[in-house]
Amino acid sequence: MKPTRVIGQPRRRVDGRAKVTGQTRFADDIILPRMVHCRLLRSTQPHARIVTVDTGKAAQVDGVHLVLTGESFPISYGILPVSHDEHALCRDKVRFVGDPVAAVIARDEMTADLAVNLIDVTYEPLRTFASPADSLEHDEPRIHDYGDHGNVHKAVALQFGDVDAALGAADHVFDDVFHFEGNTHLPIEQHAAIALKDPDGKLVIYSSTQTPHYLHRALAKALAMPAAHIRVIATPNGGGFGGKSDPFNHEIVVAKAALLLDRPVKICLNREEVFYCHRGRHPVTMRFRTGITTDGKITGLDLETLLDGGSYGSYGVASTFYTGALQTVTYDIPRYRFRGCRVFTNKPPCGPKRGHGTPQSRFGQEVQLDKIAEHLKRDPAELRLGMIAPAETLTANYLRVGTIGLAECIRTVVDRSNWSEKFRKLPLGRGVGLACSSYLSGAGLPINWNDLPHSGVQLKLDRSGGVTVFCGATEIGQGSDDVLVGIVAEVLGIDPFDVRAVTGDTDLTPVDLGSYSSRVTLMMGNAAIQAAERAREILAGPVASKLEIPADRLVFADRRVFDGENPDRGVSFQEAVCIAEARVGTIGTTGSYTPPKSAGHFKGGGVGPSPTYSYTAAVVEVDVDAETGWISVPRVWIAHDIGRSLNPTLVRGQVEGSVYMGLGEALMEEQAFRRLPPRLSSALVHKFPSMLEYKSPTSLDMPEIFTDLIEHPDPRGPFGAKEVGQGPLLPIMPAVANAVYDAVGVRVDEIPVTPEKILRALQARAAGKPARFGPASFPEIAWPAPLLVTPPQEGGDGRASNEPERRSRRKADAGIEATAGVRPSTPLRAGPSIVEGRS
Amino acid sequence: MMRLPGFRYRAPRTIGEAAAWLAENPANTMLLAGGTDLLPNMKRRQQTPSTVVALRGITSLSEIHNGDGLAIGSGVTLSHLIGDARVRQSYPGLWQAAAQVATPHLRNMGTVGGNLCLDTRCTYYDQNYEWRKSIDFCMKRDGKICWVATSSPKCLAVSSTDTAPMLQALGATVTLVSIRGERIVPVAELFANDGMRYLTRQPDEIVTSIRVPAATGWRSAYWKLRRRGAFDFPVAAAAVAARFDGARVVDLRIVLGAVSSRPLSADRAAALLTGQDLSDELIESAAVAAAGIAKPMDNTDFELVWRKKMVRSLVSHALHEIRGDDMRARRHQLARQELLIPASASAAR
Repeated sequence: MKPTRVIGQPRRRVDGRAKVTGQTRFADDIILPRMVHCRLLRSTQPHARIVTVDTGKAAQVDGVHLVLTGESFPISYGILPVSHDEHALCRDKVRFVGDPVAAVIARDEMTADLAVNLIDVTYEPLRTFASPADSLEHDEPRIHDYGDHGNVHKAVALQFGDVDAALGAADHVFDDVFHFEGNTHLPIEQHAAIALKDPDGKLVIYSSTQTPHYLHRALAKALAMPAAHIRVIATPNGGGFGGKSDPFNHEIVVAKAALLLDRPVKICLNREEVFYCHRGRHPVTMRFRTGITTDGKITGLDLETLLDGGSYGSYGVASTFYTGALQTVTYDIPRYRFRGCRVFTNKPPCGPKRGHGTPQSRFGQEVQLDKIAEHLKRDPAELRLGMIAPAETLTANYLRVGTIGLAECIRTVVDRSNWSEKFRKLPLGRGVGLACSSYLSGAGLPINWNDLPHSGVQLKLDRSGGVTVFCGATEIGQGSDDVLVGIVAEVLGIDPFDVRAVTGDTDLTPVDLGSYSSRVTLMMGNAAIQAAERAREILAGPVASKLEIPADRLVFADRRVFDGENPDRGVSFQEAVCIAEARVGTIGTTGSYTPPKSAGHFKGGGVGPSPTYSYTAAVVEVDVDAETGWISVPRVWIAHDIGRSLNPTLVRGQVEGSVYMGLGEALMEEQAFRRLPPRLSSALVHKFPSMLEYKSPTSLDMPEIFTDLIEHPDPRGPFGAKEVGQGPLLPIMPAVANAVYDAVGVRVDEIPVTPEKILRALQARAAGKPARFGPASFPEIAWPAPLLVTPPQEGGDGRASNEPERRSRRKADAGIEATAGVRPSTPLRAGPSIVEGRS
Repeated sequence: MMRLPGFRYRAPRTIGEAAAWLAENPANTMLLAGGTDLLPNMKRRQQTPSTVVALRGITSLSEIHNGDGLAIGSGVTLSHLIGDARVRQSYPGLWQAAAQVATPHLRNMGTVGGNLCLDTRCTYYDQNYEWRKSIDFCMKRDGKICWVATSSPKCLAVSSTDTAPMLQALGATVTLVSIRGERIVPVAELFANDGMRYLTRQPDEIVTSIRVPAATGWRSAYWKLRRRGAFDFPVAAAAVAARFDGARVVDLRIVLGAVSSRPLSADRAAALLTGQDLSDELIESAAVAAAGIAKPMDNTDFELVWRKKMVRSLVSHALHEIRGDDMRARRHQLARQELLIPASASAAR
């Protein structure tokens, strides 16, 4: 590993000073002359046809500038090309309590609020769908008029090899059902946006969005405007976690209003509205059937998942595939069948939350492995060590895995937690549990299928000696600006303070697809390295000739460019720039990154591929009161395979933040809903859309965390880095459930693991029933026939043998046919075999 | 953000002035004593007084006096209360109750009087206007029905004050002042078991002070159930105060919080212990008896059956604590913090 000066050093993040001194300008901090304010009227009905919307009284209120309804928004939009099912304001029907129906723009928020409540909406109520069981059972009325059938949004089935034979050949087949309740992101910053016409008359919008590029596209479509006349500026997000990665109705509404009024229009959602925007964790019920040999090898896995999607598509099709994508990346599973189904219900739409679709089934798999270890009388750590997926191969479902540091992660947490002295040895009420995970370092395929780079970076060097770096990536608190600056400073041998980052602005910065799927460090990072190396090359020639040495002897470090063999001979970085500028003219470079082609060529194969995967192992210690079920978590040990940490301060922050969020999900967070007695009311409301009653841990609830970073650079990542934003969250929930079993001997096969559920399991055991709390069975689902794909190890070529002719790209782009991240097939290219053997 | 509705704001400097403002239109006037409960409720349109009389400018309300016991001004902030050495030393239960209200920031604003008169809470009621409209409201505000139990003739919102059960167990009284005069009532009589009319305070009366009797020979403890170590209101609580003669209990009161629309006095449970040494068996039977009167409903965090079961544990823990058992590990598990009983109080044993 080449020595580095910036990379790998723990540093204060570049935006740290602004954040702690309150100088960061979030969207709601922007105040512009002539600004007016927007409030949305939201549906009070869970499912209803809109009969009339009377805005007369609202429009008369003094100070009201504009009232908008669905009539102004005829064009639908959505994050995935396959589900453009949203309108900025509802037109014909509402689909959940909180769906926006009208908007008022007024001189201040209070006036807008007053006027919004004067809008009269007449609804014709429709049957309410409160649960997936409801939606599976009743096809009519349909919540949407698209989707697979009835209220089933999407049902998918994939099979890699003869799974039934694999299960038949196993010594044991474990069959377990789990449930993972939905939960939400809970960013501290509520969504806010402010739109205006710039002096030229073009549209500008500042928004707390994780994905300015996708917002850019959605605005162009929904407002029928050329994208070139729209500028999206992503303000620093006060937390995102996936909750700000869809284009949102309020953004489109203020954009439209600003165009109509020619005044800046601002909206800042209140906390209730953030719960209605949601796009959080899908509630998932799942069934794992796993075949295992006596010596602890998996022969095959048959997984079924059922997702409660809520009222709109959002990322849901991708979420569905993600519940089944990454099992094989963690453990060696030679044959695999995955069937997933997402249904619509009359609740706020679910979507991507940190871990996107994978934490639910990770929970099921890791708890089941704990049960398998118990049954086989094997230590769960040792069992896992014996089944880790092999590095640098293709999995049965055609995911190309890179380096795998999972074994070292497991050994580290086992060692650090003193596992062997604790597991099954602590007194009643105290226990430890272990779980592992893996996660993408960026989605291998873009949402809108095309051949364009996923991330672009530009550099400007000038005679000041300062460097400005431009990139569309969005700072959502994760530290992407710091990663960008750190990489450029490292390559050019200057101090991070010499670099200025301009990010997340569609006018100024090249496209980066956004801060989601843990893609920024790897993709933006590689693009930044390319741009910076190109700049170094531009400087190197002229400086080398001035110093009269070969260019390859030059070293860029300590703000100097010098002869590596005679370090005293050299020039300052600023001089180097001047020498080069005098020779070649204005200096600017670009870099870009496109992930490698994925190996799977079947429908659905686009979800899961990534340039490389991160790995994590965690041990959680719990304290459980066997009398009441009360649970505390005093300690967590976690080891994360980061490849290489670019700024360890940030990496540790992400790991600890993941533990925090994971414990919230494990122990208390629930996006729960309230139905009233059906004979009296058809209401279906969020049970507690507030930060007081939606329980998320406080600092007092946090355990001591022992973090270890496992660093073996992966050549695919910038300086060897892999992701850290999401992976470390995943093992926490199953590790808690496994620790509860170690502590009191009962299984809670459902997240969150609450005292009530622990106590019910204890009571069940006392009554002679299975010592368990969780779903009894997996619902009957009429699955489509699976696409049959032969695994690479069995000679497959990545195609499904029974897939119908795949649709043309042109048709896919025009309509809602293409699946997210799935290559709508142009004729499949012939080329070198992508199949790799396994040793 | 949610905005306050319009209202008239009065800032009296004396109790007499405040009483006069209040008497002008008692039904539509509310007292502001910190605002951590009232102002969010107003933003959600749960309470929409036309006039708000702020007590903050009345300096005499922010004082704590000793003498025969303590006289605590209703405007004393919870932070002030828990910082007072006399409270810590002589009334550990009151200190534990006040120290577990909400968060440090809210305790800096919230007052003893405000916490005592805290609006009853319910997950069908503590919601913004639009949410409540979506369920067609409830009887406590704007509607007709109690969604917690649709056949209930009265509102079942939950008494959620931490200090009231403890003050009641300590035998405290409150002074109520109006232009009609002054009266003193035991804390127990300040409350009624009705989620809507939960205070017997007349609309024109101001709670000006809380008198806690001398603590000589008394020990007290407060155990609170909530999901997290901060923020949350109680969803069950046990306040216990007892006077000992050696190891024998001479006098004892158990008051339950957050399992009814008012603090509930568990007299039968207390009677089991009076005149006795606190044995493990007696503590257990008293805890069972106390839990028997708890009436948790499905309108707070946690499941009601489990909350009821937890009442037994809370009472048991509190009794063990006043007996002098080392409950620090239990405390830490449940409260996520030490809440150490001041040394002098345990030394009284």
